[in-house]
Amino acid sequence: MPILKVTDLKVYFNVRKKFFWSKNNADTVKAVDGISLDLNEGETIGIVGESGCGKSTLGRAILNLIKPTDGQVLWMGKNLANLEKNEMRNLRKDLQIIFQDPLASLNPRMTVGQIITEPLKTFFPNLSKAERRERVEEIMLKVGLSPHQINRYPHEFSGGQCQRIGIARSMILQPKLLVCDEPVSALDVSIQAQILNLLMDLQKETNISLIFISHDLGVVRHISHKIAVLYLGRVAEIAENEDLYKNPKHPYTQALISAVPIPDPDLEQKKQRMIIKGDLPSPLNPPSGCRFRTRCPKAQEICAEVIPVLEQISPTHIVACHFWREP
Amino acid sequence: MPNSKTLNTKRDFDVIIKGRSLWADAGHRLMRNKMAVVGMSILGFIILLSVIAPYLQMISPDLFPFTFDEVDWDNISTDPSFENHHYFGTDGNGRDLFIRTLYGGRISIMVGFVATLVSLVIGVTYGATAGFLGGKTDSFMMRFVDVLYSLPFMFFVIILMVFFGRNIFLIFIALGAVEWLDMARIVRGQTLSIKKKEFVEAAHAQGVSTYNILKRHIIPNTLGPVAVYITLTIPRVIMIESFLSFLGLGVQEPMASWGVLISEGSPEIETAWWRLIFPAIFLAFSLFSLNFIGDGIRDALDPKDR
Repeated sequence: MPILKVTDLKVYFNVRKKFFWSKNNADTVKAVDGISLDLNEGETIGIVGESGCGKSTLGRAILNLIKPTDGQVLWMGKNLANLEKNEMRNLRKDLQIIFQDPLASLNPRMTVGQIITEPLKTFFPNLSKAERRERVEEIMLKVGLSPHQINRYPHEFSGGQCQRIGIARSMILQPKLLVCDEPVSALDVSIQAQILNLLMDLQKETNISLIFISHDLGVVRHISHKIAVLYLGRVAEIAENEDLYKNPKHPYTQALISAVPIPDPDLEQKKQRMIIKGDLPSPLNPPSGCRFRTRCPKAQEICAEVIPVLEQISPTHIVACHFWREP
Repeated sequence: MPNSKTLNTKRDFDVIIKGRSLWADAGHRLMRNKMAVVGMSILGFIILLSVIAPYLQMISPDLFPFTFDEVDWDNISTDPSFENHHYFGTDGNGRDLFIRTLYGGRISIMVGFVATLVSLVIGVTYGATAGFLGGKTDSFMMRFVDVLYSLPFMFFVIILMVFFGRNIFLIFIALGAVEWLDMARIVRGQTLSIKKKEFVEAAHAQGVSTYNILKRHIIPNTLGPVAVYITLTIPRVIMIESFLSFLGLGVQEPMASWGVLISEGSPEIETAWWRLIFPAIFLAFSLFSLNFIGDGIRDALDPKDR
């Protein structure tokens, strides 16, 4: 029984045109268009896709920070969209998020201690000051910050340390789900590895589930149990980690994986690269049928007419392509 | 991971930093700013003198024998001197300029602070509400501000005076009611940019209530520009009050503000220089001090920007 079940989630944004006299003044961006996912306890799902494919919107819609237009997010059997304000607020204890820009996600006027304490103040107002401080110091040690930095301000820290503060703030309530919205893409590579390992250690310790959003396949491979590849608001392919890398079925996944550099010059030279042409089409006016068809090397007439459904090709592997059987 | 060495420094840090709140921290930084401290001392001294002005005669009738509206028939328009106890000289009616300058300070400083406080309260509330609610409410509230901007201020004040008679409190209200427009715009703009920041979204995600988001995250982050703007508003309000007094709409004889004293003194500069110089020095020093204090407050509240 998965703890999180996302069914046919849709998030549409209305974009108004600039001039009020133009006739149809509401265009719709389908940022997330019918995505379904399952997530088990203690599991990590990696979500990859290029800029503008709806990764972050999906993460925020799952946490109900953006109201979904349609579809369901079932958290332990409860539909988040139907919850009362107070119930939702209580559930926030279990559902946390860390952000891409570590410094921007911390209030510049609060000390590290105040930032990490805030969730405690919200959910456990009865804790004494000493108890709060004890728990803050404990979590700071756990994420690799020394407690004597408790009265420093965020701008006095490096990006990696700020991300640790963000993680400490999210983890202090011992949540069950953590959405990581590109948590390492603003950091340099050595720090990325530290943060990823920290997240994996925390997961081992607390059995938390992670939704790890990234555009970096290497990073996602390192941390995820299963991976969902998105393209223009739809799922292209979902598979177990190794399965996806060894046996990608969707042409888009194949192209992405062939673009990951191999840290060995000889192998890198020999590697066959599959290059996709063109840019991501405008989400205001997506292609008919399969959304990837405008850039797909395998595209044929049927792709423009019929939307490919997600086909189960093994118990843990689904793909949305008319031609997944062809090599 | 901490070894025994960092644990030792932890104890040291505890001793030094313990219990210092954000505002206390800002206070410490403000106290380290020399110009701000000089400004606060000068302004504090001027305010102190103004506050005790009515009691000077009580404290020492020998040194300060005059009240602000008493005519000394033997000394009309005399220079500053210690022998006749007119330290700043007298005006054309033989009134002691030292006491009158201090009384002028009472009026000018009070107008400056009270009118600014009025504008601060209205402006911050209005601006933060408009910015935070956004959408149509925001447009509506800000168009209302635009309408008020377009009303000619002088007519507004004159009409108030004609209807309600001359009254010092009316001046506070009139000035405050006009000055809050800028404050509301500044706070709204700040709120708009801050509510989109990720730390506000993080607070939403953490289940922090709307009230606490406004209180802990949004308003403290608007205070930097507001503090600077306050220190610009106080001098401007003092100036506007002087102008109103000059038109005969402000403080009336025998009371005086610095503006009144300066405007009375300026035609006499060739014959009685002291009538312009002393109130002008007091006004200029106050305004300078306010500017330095404002600068210091901004630096203290915004440790990042230094």
